[in-house]
Amino acid sequence: MARIELRNVAKRYGAVEVLRNIDLDIEDGEFIVLVGPSGCGKSTLLRMIAGLEPITNGDFLIDGERMNDLRPRDRDIAMVFQSYALYPHMDVARNMGFSMEIRKDPASDRKTKVAQAAETLGLSKLTDRLPKALSGGQRQRVAMGRAIIRDPRAFLFDEPLSNLDAALRVEMRLEIARLHQQLAATMIYVTHDQVEALTLADRIVVLNGGDIQQVGSPLELYERPANKFVAQFIGSPTMNVMPVQGSATKVTAQDGTTIALPDQPQAAQAIELGIRPEHIDVVDAGTGDLAAVAEVVEHLGSDTNIYVKVDGVGPLMVRKHGNIPVKSGDRLGLRFQTQNAHLFRQDGTALR
Amino acid sequence: MSAIRRRHPALTAGKYAALAFYLLFALFPLYWLLKIAITPDALIFSEGTRLFPSDVTFTNFSTVIFQTDFLAYFGNSLIVSLGTAFLTTMFAAGAGYAFSRFVFKGKRIIIAVMLITQMFPLLMIIAPIYKIVADLGLLNSLTSLIIVYTAFNIPFATFLMQSFFDGIPKDLEDAAMMDGCTRFQALRKVVFPLTLPGLGATLGFVFTAAWSELLFALMLISKNDAMTFPVGLLTFVSKFSVDWGQMMAAGVLALVPSCLFFIFIQRYLVQGLTSGAVKG
Repeated sequence: MARIELRNVAKRYGAVEVLRNIDLDIEDGEFIVLVGPSGCGKSTLLRMIAGLEPITNGDFLIDGERMNDLRPRDRDIAMVFQSYALYPHMDVARNMGFSMEIRKDPASDRKTKVAQAAETLGLSKLTDRLPKALSGGQRQRVAMGRAIIRDPRAFLFDEPLSNLDAALRVEMRLEIARLHQQLAATMIYVTHDQVEALTLADRIVVLNGGDIQQVGSPLELYERPANKFVAQFIGSPTMNVMPVQGSATKVTAQDGTTIALPDQPQAAQAIELGIRPEHIDVVDAGTGDLAAVAEVVEHLGSDTNIYVKVDGVGPLMVRKHGNIPVKSGDRLGLRFQTQNAHLFRQDGTALR
Repeated sequence: MSAIRRRHPALTAGKYAALAFYLLFALFPLYWLLKIAITPDALIFSEGTRLFPSDVTFTNFSTVIFQTDFLAYFGNSLIVSLGTAFLTTMFAAGAGYAFSRFVFKGKRIIIAVMLITQMFPLLMIIAPIYKIVADLGLLNSLTSLIIVYTAFNIPFATFLMQSFFDGIPKDLEDAAMMDGCTRFQALRKVVFPLTLPGLGATLGFVFTAAWSELLFALMLISKNDAMTFPVGLLTFVSKFSVDWGQMMAAGVLALVPSCLFFIFIQRYLVQGLTSGAVKG
């Protein structure tokens, strides 16, 4: 098991700086998810931890031991690839036992361990098949089996579910969560899917443009985003952000309506107000903070999504639990749950 | 309810007619080779251009095998072609892997130079090559042919191998290295088995090229005991006559190793060995 530390880690390709000043402590047994838009450097960071990419600057430590210059094989870390990367000329059993084969472990040990892992992952009947005779989900399981059989110090996952269809993705997500509970191993998981991040992580690391934006538990990121990027990246549907004019304890929207914010003493610095779709209440027309017209209404059964237009402010989205009897074209009032509103400064950072 | 849309019968007939025509066109010279090889000498000219001779004989084959130097030529060709094929493939595999996987200084220049070597007509450089080989004291040796053929085949074979390595996902090597392999072990245990079709194709290509090469063999070899097969064939042309029957019989025999070689490697040429490695 392992405690992983990244100290001021950076990555450059020639003049291009891909990652800057990455400082991160990962506790033993923690499930960390690196999340961010494509090109933010999250996969590069993972490959640097794996040893597949050299680290340009800074230190990478496992249990206090500097690992920068060790080869992948000497780091004792297992990795599950987005493409599965199964060896096509080896059957499932040999694929899973390959690391033990390389380490020259006794064949009998290998056999028991492979059988065990296959049992855990529900692959027992498939051990003599070649990868090409497996479905996507089965291949993904084999790739995971290959990792768990080694009993490594840490697991790395590089977008392992993004090649699966939606239903299978949910199933495998659960499987990974179960696996983490069972093995209690340190896991670092890269994804661009915030649902995976929110459901799996002990802590989420949000990356953008080569910088860490915020590190925190899923709820922390959801409730107290550090800046506008995190606010809009975490949470689905996306947070509504509208320009406002801030003053002592209230903000003024562009159409002139004011929204009182009693618990935001710094509101004067705000230039934007963010509010999640689930934190806006629908009230009778003529009441509430803003007057709106429903443009599109989506009835999902469990929820209702209402896309509204507010004159002088722009489009907003409202999500309410249950079935709300609203039709497109209806006039409504909107009331903000101001205790859940977020204010952002000029530079995008959040006012707390 | 048939899911298969039937084409118009005339279209199907036309397709097969075209294929048949092509086959006929491509295979007819081979047929003619065989036909003349089994025609008795007396009938070659007297019967005119008949599609099949009225009498069949195998004496041409036995004469070629037992009464000429054919077997020696054949052996020489085999040594040169196999030597060239293995040497070239070995170098090309190494170079192709490097081009495919590594970033290094001068890579583009090396590739450009290799391309340029393929642009010269061989005739232009035959004199300098002769001079070099002669100065090295390698005239009339099979070694000289192996060296020259290897040099000429490496660029193309390297590009061929590079494209095969490009087709093998880099993730596989990364995965192997995560599983505890060194880079070389990853190459040997994962990449190499997947490159067998590529190695087979390259071996086959270079073997055939070396097997049928005439120009350099003619220039660099003049002694009978070092002659390769294509040069040896010319000995059937004497000052006053051409021994057509024996020449064709020798030609038929020369096809045998090429055919055997391709039968041997064709299972490695089958596509789809890498399927199942990555998504899709």
